[in-house]
Amino acid sequence: MKNILILGAGTAGTIMANQLRKKMNLEQWKITIVDKEGDHYYQPGFLFMPFGIYSESDVVKPKRRFVGAGVDYLEADVDRIEAEQNQVFLKNGECLPYDVLIVATGTAPVPEETEGMTGADWGKNVHEFYTFEGAKALAKTLDGWQGGRLVMHICEMPIKCPVAPLEFVFLADSWLRKRGLREQTELIYVTPLSGAFTKPVASKILSGLLEEKQIEVVNDFNIGSVDNEEHKIVSWDEREVAYDLLVTVPTNMGDSMVERSGLGDELNFIPTDKHTLQSKAHENIFVIGDATDAPTSKAGSVAHFEAEVLIENIMAFTKGEPLPEKFDGHANCFIESGNGKGFLLDFNYDLEPVPGKFPLPGIGPMSLLTETRLNHMGKMAFRWVYWNMLLPGHPIPMVGHRMTLTGKNIPEGVKIPESLDA
Amino acid sequence: MPDKTINGVSISVDDDGFMTDHSQWNKELAAALAEEEGISLSDGHWKVIDYILADYAEKGTVPGMRRINKVGGIPTKELYALFPGGPIKKAAKVSGLPKPTSCV
Repeated sequence: MKNILILGAGTAGTIMANQLRKKMNLEQWKITIVDKEGDHYYQPGFLFMPFGIYSESDVVKPKRRFVGAGVDYLEADVDRIEAEQNQVFLKNGECLPYDVLIVATGTAPVPEETEGMTGADWGKNVHEFYTFEGAKALAKTLDGWQGGRLVMHICEMPIKCPVAPLEFVFLADSWLRKRGLREQTELIYVTPLSGAFTKPVASKILSGLLEEKQIEVVNDFNIGSVDNEEHKIVSWDEREVAYDLLVTVPTNMGDSMVERSGLGDELNFIPTDKHTLQSKAHENIFVIGDATDAPTSKAGSVAHFEAEVLIENIMAFTKGEPLPEKFDGHANCFIESGNGKGFLLDFNYDLEPVPGKFPLPGIGPMSLLTETRLNHMGKMAFRWVYWNMLLPGHPIPMVGHRMTLTGKNIPEGVKIPESLDA
Repeated sequence: MPDKTINGVSISVDDDGFMTDHSQWNKELAAALAEEEGISLSDGHWKVIDYILADYAEKGTVPGMRRINKVGGIPTKELYALFPGGPIKKAAKVSGLPKPTSCV
């Protein structure tokens, strides 16, 4: 009996477990999945909790429920991977040998990485919404909001779901209007990048949105510290942004287990072949989802598309064959823009988001890089798709892991990459 | 893509002036691009440029501040002294590399 071991039962790990149990010969292969937490969170829902759109029960279900029969589910904390010995040590001292290892341990915010971030203001008027507890605490604080300077801030890239901070300010704008508090609130968006939008086509189409919604943007702001006494964030070059409420996205890092195992980069992300998803250091270790250092978004859609590639590559690897499938960096993400509307993005390693229709050319029903009510409805309907289709590993109709040019209107001046030539 | 003439040479750049064809880049061009940013290149600047170029060749992305600091060994304060304002953006521009971006 050989062992396939999956570390992490989030989006990526759960989809992989369910794909493997359907495709592997379970008389020859034992599949085990390990996770330290019992709850599976629908993470896109964290954005909606602070505004009361989703409640706690909308976004949490037991992890075990989504791992199908034929997979051993182990609730345990991983201490380290010993890659040279092909084994994983749990914190309880137990040792799990593996023939193939899949690392799907994700990424999490680490506020301690920024000086002063977890000081006296933390949890009072400094919040984050990238965790269940954080989103819950922010909902409570926003409920008592009477006006002032509301600052949305990103510490450093890369972060999970890079559009979420933008969605937050858009939703905050419409939520404040509904409550009659918009006039009393300054909304400020602070980013380490050169602007809120950085891709040429999207910038041209979307940059007016922030002005229209009267959201001030502070660019090129690399945070050095949080001043809890004066209630302001200070950059390395000594610029300051004062806040009454700071909603920050702390530094996102891979699991500390990766660091203990000596397998990560400076942010504990694992150097991974961006096409095959094989670890660059060990041929029997594969990496999926937010845990990789692949230069695409850290997002559920990416994990989903990667899983379709990885299942084929692992099947081939276990037969001693070359890895057949290549991941192209495909991501497909909704952006909530407030007032019951939204955008849809479809992009990959080589092509930035462009306008068009998705998935059917001329028909859609979704519109790319265009603000529509239907895109918002799509985002809201996705929660059902996530729990009932995505996690069990059922294919999503008409959405393949390889991005296509079908339905896309390529603006003049945008070079179509060779990899996408029709 | 717009073209731009610098040092008597025509180069391809994007709307923000970042080079789009790295094969056109050379050290003389780097000095001219730096001058446009009000920077006169020293050994300290070249240490940053060399690291960014090597890392980009390996990873395919422009390294962030933390990576330049932790892996490249260049303190953040020093990076700001060398490339005031937006150090990563400016160092990438002078190195002939793309502007650091997010997904949209």
